[in-house]
Amino acid sequence: MRSEYKLIFERSHEGRRAYDLPACDVPMNRDDVPEEFRADSDLRLPELGEVDLVRHYTNLSRRNFGVDNGFYPLGSCTMKYNPKINEELAPMFDDVHPLLDTGMCQGCLALMADMEHMLCEICGMDAFTLQPAAGAHGELTGLMHIRAYHEHRGDTERTTIIVPDAAHGTNPASASMAGFKVKEIKSAPDGGVDLDALRAAVGPDTAGLMLTNPSTLGLFERNIKEIAKIVHEAGGLLYYDGANLNAIMGIVRPGDMGFDVMHINLHKTFSTPHGGGGPGSGPVGVKKHLIPFMPVPRIEQKDGLLTLNYDKPESIGKIKSFYGNFGVIVKAYCYIRSLGAAGLREASENAVLNANYVMNKLRGVYEIPHDRTCMHECVVTPGELMNYGVNTSDIAKALIDRGYHPPTIYFPLIVHEAMMIEPTESESRETLDEFVEAMKSIAEQVKTDAAAIHAAPVTTPVGRPDEVTAARKPIVKYEEAKAE
Amino acid sequence: MKSYVPNTEKERREMLAEIGMSSMDDLFRDIPEDLKLKRPLDLPEPLSEMELRDHIRGFVYLNEEGGPLFRGAGAYRHYIPSLIPQLAMRSEFYTAYTPYQAEMSQGMLQSLFEYQTVICRLTGLDAANASVYDGATAAAEALLMLRDNKRKKKVLYSAALNPDVITVMHTYAHCAGIELVEIPVNDKGTADVSAITANMEGAAGYIGANPNYYGCIEPMAEIAEAVHAAGGLLVAYVNPISLGVLKRPADYGADIAIGDGQTLGLPMAFGGPYVGFMAATQKLMRNLPGRIAGETRDAEGNRVYVLTLQAREQHIRRDKAASNICSNQMLCAIMSAMYCCTMGPAGMREVAEQNIAKAHCLAKKLCAIDGVKLRWPDTPFFNEFVIDVDNPDEINKALANYSITGGLVLKDGGMLWCATEMNNADEFDFVCDIIQDTIDSMGGEE
Repeated sequence: MRSEYKLIFERSHEGRRAYDLPACDVPMNRDDVPEEFRADSDLRLPELGEVDLVRHYTNLSRRNFGVDNGFYPLGSCTMKYNPKINEELAPMFDDVHPLLDTGMCQGCLALMADMEHMLCEICGMDAFTLQPAAGAHGELTGLMHIRAYHEHRGDTERTTIIVPDAAHGTNPASASMAGFKVKEIKSAPDGGVDLDALRAAVGPDTAGLMLTNPSTLGLFERNIKEIAKIVHEAGGLLYYDGANLNAIMGIVRPGDMGFDVMHINLHKTFSTPHGGGGPGSGPVGVKKHLIPFMPVPRIEQKDGLLTLNYDKPESIGKIKSFYGNFGVIVKAYCYIRSLGAAGLREASENAVLNANYVMNKLRGVYEIPHDRTCMHECVVTPGELMNYGVNTSDIAKALIDRGYHPPTIYFPLIVHEAMMIEPTESESRETLDEFVEAMKSIAEQVKTDAAAIHAAPVTTPVGRPDEVTAARKPIVKYEEAKAE
Repeated sequence: MKSYVPNTEKERREMLAEIGMSSMDDLFRDIPEDLKLKRPLDLPEPLSEMELRDHIRGFVYLNEEGGPLFRGAGAYRHYIPSLIPQLAMRSEFYTAYTPYQAEMSQGMLQSLFEYQTVICRLTGLDAANASVYDGATAAAEALLMLRDNKRKKKVLYSAALNPDVITVMHTYAHCAGIELVEIPVNDKGTADVSAITANMEGAAGYIGANPNYYGCIEPMAEIAEAVHAAGGLLVAYVNPISLGVLKRPADYGADIAIGDGQTLGLPMAFGGPYVGFMAATQKLMRNLPGRIAGETRDAEGNRVYVLTLQAREQHIRRDKAASNICSNQMLCAIMSAMYCCTMGPAGMREVAEQNIAKAHCLAKKLCAIDGVKLRWPDTPFFNEFVIDVDNPDEINKALANYSITGGLVLKDGGMLWCATEMNNADEFDFVCDIIQDTIDSMGGEE
């Protein structure tokens, strides 16, 4: 099973080529760019024939695992099926330049305007911007709205964002990048926000609270109304981290829960592929009082045409070139238009059903630290299996050998040895049953043959990497061996 | 209604029964009743796959594009070899998440390691990250690198950066408490080096573009000297497709090189997704934001690729992280590496030479028209240039009648034209004829 795979640079043969350009039909004058601005040599790039290049990447893809390969219950990442039709339709806009005169790109603007309206309805917000490129980028953008809101009221003392200790790491990092101080509050024993801790934390310096609901434990925050009241009465705003929106579409809306500003991960809830780490898209929704601060340009109707309005003096500015990851937005638009209201609700219902089904079947084999009806994901731990000298990472590696992508591990941080399982609505009952059986067989093997678990994974091209050496002596690019 | 849920109604009921519930509503009993939405979402009726296809085509028809294009200004039309989109559609790549489990993600991790190597070769620098969202956010992240590395909160930037890049930098700088000082453009269309020297005190560094927004090639060596003399760091914002011919950032002493990789095999797609690349010297490697792939070994000694140097990142450092970036633009990054490896050394040179040749040919032909002037005739340029002409909007309107997209009309009334390997001499002649006619007819009306 084990095999190294040559780098593309190690496949290079001088003089081979895969490119093909037509002959230049205009004069080439070397003087057009004087020598002093020209590089001394060609770029040190590999030279391959087309077939070898294609095989290189095709074989690399075979050393990878995506949703199309199998079950991918990576908690908080919503690895649902990525519909093929959406991949086919999005490239229809590939040749549209982003700076066409608006009269020439009415189709793109109309699609974006429709998308903004649909997201407002799904989330109960008053306006959306599609500009942020990913979830964390959306968080930063949303927090900039909070900052601008306080600044424009002359409320300059509000410099602190409160973040529960169960939050995604991006929350405190985004708050810090938006120029806020971060105050972390401990969670209550049930995993929810500790109301007393929150009451003690809010004050005249509170700019806002960032919250994920359902929480990173996969549990709905039952006290959300009280939380909103505490934060709002203290003069703060409420930020909704939309990473877990897949649990609640058509059932409850962040806007109705009292949130002032939020982001969505289109690459999670709205089925666009994650591309092995991006591109994503992180639209931000706001309530009325934050509309003046939204990034420019805003799409507006004027004389029967859609236009891009840059004249918004209170806007936070721009947070990305042009208008967002348009190609991703098209795919998410297609998803919403395919499913409609009933289909979105069906997706959320079945996501929650699947998570509860898995949690229920794992009970007694793995420990469930917060054992109540979960939403779209559940958090379990090895529990007493730890007594056999294995940890969550070992179990994850054993799952790889059984053909699954492991759940998210060691998150949320407040649960020791956490495994966060998010099946999504895409999975059939038998897939879930087989996964549960695999989890059970691992638990059995832990007890009978822990060494085998430590050796996992054995079915993959490489074994467990030495990450310590990777960080201590970083090799982050290829260098040809120097001739002696 | 389209559904991507495989389980039938009967199976769902059975599953509910197995977990002791009688209906889907039971699953949501933790949600306070008064918060629940009591009506269906008000969304358009769902579309079948066949209807969806027609519906999206409807948007495509609403756009009026497709003819010759002479507009760049941050998004460029280059030829994309067929193998790139096809390989990017390998679903093992595009339906994967961030490669957290290295053993089953070697394909993506090795591709990233190769991408980082390609970026290092393009820029001549020592280390690259696995991408950020786009060129503008790369510039914003570079501001934070300068601040954190130099512990100074002032940064100079060139007014000849793309306006979107400048706006995004200002948005981030406002929050980061960074003071931005704009260096004006001189009468050659490039950064005023004496203004850099005059403003460097207390500054962490300088961010400038090459070629700049106006297409002009900047005196980067001279700029580097001015920045370094004052102890600052030089950030070069480059168009990577120019680097087949132009000097590379390390050649003129840049400490950080950034830019947008859209020109390397990514479609214009109405502004995204693109890819922001960031490379730096060894000394600045640990200031780079976001994912970085590194090489290591497994217990048997096999070469393995992993995400590394994660102590910089948000999931470890939380509010002390170098950046909040989590998802980036991995698939786009890999596509840009595929592009560079497809072109190879000769192809990268050839495509850059063709861009130079086409843009210069177009500029010459345009300036042969009475009333059209190149704004900076003595400054070398890459594939974009600014002309001054009366009534640029009228010219674009006339061109639009022939489905031609002319140069971008700038705020100061100039026109920023772009030509790439995708344009040809016949188009140039046709465009010049239309412009000549337009100027003649406007003159006639006076």
